[in-house]
Amino acid sequence: MSETLHAVSVEVNGKPRSAQVPARLSLVDWLRDDLLLTGTHVGCEHGICGACSVMLDGEPVRACLMYAVQAHGHRVTTVEGLAKPDGSMSVLQDSFCEAHGLQCGYCTPGMLIAAQGLLNTNPDPTEAQIRDAIGGNLCRCTGYQQIVEAVQLAAERTAKEAK
Amino acid sequence: MTSFRYIGTKRRAKEHPRFVSGRGRFVADIALPGMKHVALVASPHAAARIVSIKTDAARAAPGVLYVLTGEEFCANTDSLAIGVDAPKVTRFALARGVVRYAGEWVAAVVADSRALAEDAAERVEVEYEPLPHVIDPEAALAPGAPLVHPAHGSNLLYHRKFVWGPVEEAFASAEHRIAFRAVWGRSATVPIETFGVAAQWDAGTGILDIWASIQMPKFPDQAARALRLPGNAVRVHYDVDVGGSYGVKRGIKHTVLVGYLAKKLGVAVRLIEDRLENLRGGDMQGPDRFFDMQVAFGADGVIRAMKIRAVDDVGAYAGRSPFQLGKPVTAICGPYAIGAIEYEPISVMTNKTPQEAVRGFGQSPTNFAIERAIDRAARHLGMDQVELRKRNFIRKDQFPYTIPSGSTYDSGDYHGVLDETLAAIDYGSLVRARDEARRSGRLAGIGISSCLEPSGGNSAFEVLMNPKNENTTWMDSCLVRVDLSGAITGVIGNSSAGQGHESLVSTVLGEILERDPETIRVVRADSLTALPSNSPVGSRMAIMLGGAAAGAAKTIKETLIAIAAHNFECSPEDLEYRDGSVNVKGAPSKEFSWDQLVEIAHRKFHKLPPGIEPGLQAKFVWEVPTGGALPTPEGRIQIYPCYAFEAHVVLVEIDPDTCKPAIRKYLCGHDCGVMINPDIVHGMTYGGIAHGLGAALYEKFAYTEDGQLASGTFMDYLIPSAMEVPAMAIVDHCTPSPLTTFGQKGSGEAGYLGAPAAIANAVNDALAPLGASIDTLPMSHLAIWNAIGARKGAAST
Repeated sequence: MSETLHAVSVEVNGKPRSAQVPARLSLVDWLRDDLLLTGTHVGCEHGICGACSVMLDGEPVRACLMYAVQAHGHRVTTVEGLAKPDGSMSVLQDSFCEAHGLQCGYCTPGMLIAAQGLLNTNPDPTEAQIRDAIGGNLCRCTGYQQIVEAVQLAAERTAKEAK
Repeated sequence: MTSFRYIGTKRRAKEHPRFVSGRGRFVADIALPGMKHVALVASPHAAARIVSIKTDAARAAPGVLYVLTGEEFCANTDSLAIGVDAPKVTRFALARGVVRYAGEWVAAVVADSRALAEDAAERVEVEYEPLPHVIDPEAALAPGAPLVHPAHGSNLLYHRKFVWGPVEEAFASAEHRIAFRAVWGRSATVPIETFGVAAQWDAGTGILDIWASIQMPKFPDQAARALRLPGNAVRVHYDVDVGGSYGVKRGIKHTVLVGYLAKKLGVAVRLIEDRLENLRGGDMQGPDRFFDMQVAFGADGVIRAMKIRAVDDVGAYAGRSPFQLGKPVTAICGPYAIGAIEYEPISVMTNKTPQEAVRGFGQSPTNFAIERAIDRAARHLGMDQVELRKRNFIRKDQFPYTIPSGSTYDSGDYHGVLDETLAAIDYGSLVRARDEARRSGRLAGIGISSCLEPSGGNSAFEVLMNPKNENTTWMDSCLVRVDLSGAITGVIGNSSAGQGHESLVSTVLGEILERDPETIRVVRADSLTALPSNSPVGSRMAIMLGGAAAGAAKTIKETLIAIAAHNFECSPEDLEYRDGSVNVKGAPSKEFSWDQLVEIAHRKFHKLPPGIEPGLQAKFVWEVPTGGALPTPEGRIQIYPCYAFEAHVVLVEIDPDTCKPAIRKYLCGHDCGVMINPDIVHGMTYGGIAHGLGAALYEKFAYTEDGQLASGTFMDYLIPSAMEVPAMAIVDHCTPSPLTTFGQKGSGEAGYLGAPAAIANAVNDALAPLGASIDTLPMSHLAIWNAIGARKGAAST
């Protein structure tokens, strides 16, 4: 039973990546095991916890519910791609550190993707909008309080920087 | 109060940058050369005899290296340890002969990838002959019940009735008595990272290397013993980031399985649970307990005595889980001055997934039962629940205070914390908001809980519950090195699951040595190079690791002063230490700088005082303060040195049509003494409240009558999201502990210990106008709907 392989070409964190993959290979397994982008985590593998969130053409998606072949021709951004061009932390990443928006760090990459997805389209979200945006990402450490505060802080800082 | 330079200030956690940039190193990120992957074959039956296992087809499947069954595994490894005295209750990672719960592992397939291992696992053919099973703990105790472990002779693992003080006299003479049953549902802390372990056998050195997602005391010892290896042949690497634990990341059976395979096959082997393996076969479900509560009290609301019968269902096997009935002995009357207590813990086996340690180690269920009793006593008397609590609280001037079970509470200000909490939430307006909601036809209720977090213990519930198990210490330690460049490194011997131990140790070292914690590195030894540690369990690391780091740093400081005194030819008392330099008092220019002292220590033996070792390092191993004593014959015991206090106040509204509860306001007053890092303490408290919210309203490992786990996915096992967890606030109060280095107490279990009780009390307050009540967790929408419906039904007939 040798598996048929399919060609995929995906822009991952700004770089073109190509591979021959079996149809059943999930996007998250491809990112983690083949591209060694282990910042994206696997939590439930059934689309509930959001730990595997990545951006597909700028929109948060669950990399455990997508096959790698479905990403063909698209742009994928993982947590490793959130940093500023010089490699330093983005405003959102830095705000998570400042507001203690994480503890064990396992859900954090998915949270950052969900929150960045929100801020990209809504730079000044209300608390309710933040909770809604991260509502599909489970965290067991924080009770979400300091995550919400971190996203609020990032929005404030980004607004200040824009002035 | 002492002022600190770094302790208690806002400081970013040292660990954060690697996690926000995707550079954490979790067990699933560890790729070993040639590593193979494990998938498991699980029992579909709650109880069955294994008639046969056919592995030929699986072995022939693509990429398969090996298929292991229980026959081989159990013949070549030893049973995992059991804490209580029940040697016939043996436990192995793979079943041999019989299965005792649905989901129990029967065979392990090793293949080139996890996908290929899963493919092959489906080709393992197991023939079962179903056996009678038992799911309900009371049924399990009845005569003639199917025996989970026939060799043990019954399903009872542990039973004792403790009587501390004149309980019967108090009940006989009390003006009021109530009795009720409180039920804590089977839930757990369920981290987002499942358990994982990778192992590699080095035939050249004879060492088995293990990387695992663990939070477990004595883990290397247990793994080595079960694998029949000497302790120094197992090397557990603690530099693995753990993706959440809150008690449950033990994984000892997984580790023995993977360790055996790695050694036998001579290749690196990894097992990462999938979510079903985790929920059903990962052996990490939490306490499943009911309490028969009796309380005797006066018309004045003062509680004279309490009887607690606690029946806990540990599932099909037991490791340390029965001990979760032991910890509550140390805070058995909560924050209340109750003079007489009867406590009857009963540990029972059933055909369910085994129980593991969960945040609070049995304290949160007990606090829930006690706080339901307080709420019910207040309702019985028509007394305000705040007033009744205050009439029973131990007063600030009574500490240190010894409770009937022999445990001494170190310090506290329960009246003060509750008052501040009520003031901060504006209790009067909260009551008005509730009453306003009620007038407009909604169901609304206020819940309060006040409870304790025993912290930093010595695990002496082991000897309390098993006299053959004489454990009276639970030390922790730290090694501090100052290298030739003058940089400081703290070495610790445990892995962390988000508690911020690198931040803790660097802050403490910086505080004592007066050096910037930003410049201090904290690294993790492996189990062969580490000083003794008992891992971050029982809210102990601020106390124990913090105390050990401080002790080692003080030794470094004394050494530096001794070097300066020797070279100035003066007494250490004539010198002062400032920011790492040492100068003669009153003569700041007569000084040795940090760099000069470090260089003397490392290179200039001729300038070292006699008796000082060259090089600059110090270790400190700390025994638990107040630890070390055996229990009395009546079972009076001191286990935990420090007692943090929390008071929760919550306003809940319940949609009258859907019975969905929503939390409108949540405030937690918290006193854990001196906080070393307030952000970290607050974060754990918020997270603990969210766990408590889940246990109170949503989360349950439900079993069907035929013993199948009905909540094996996150669509059935409901973890609260940011939509269910409300905005919360914390009111800090500081009553330092007299027993610890800086006055700190433990706080890793904060929030979880009081949230379920407060939420349950709030739901009951909301139901009170209907005459309905509910004492079973989780209080799901359906359970609330049924409680209201039952009341309406009763009213209409």
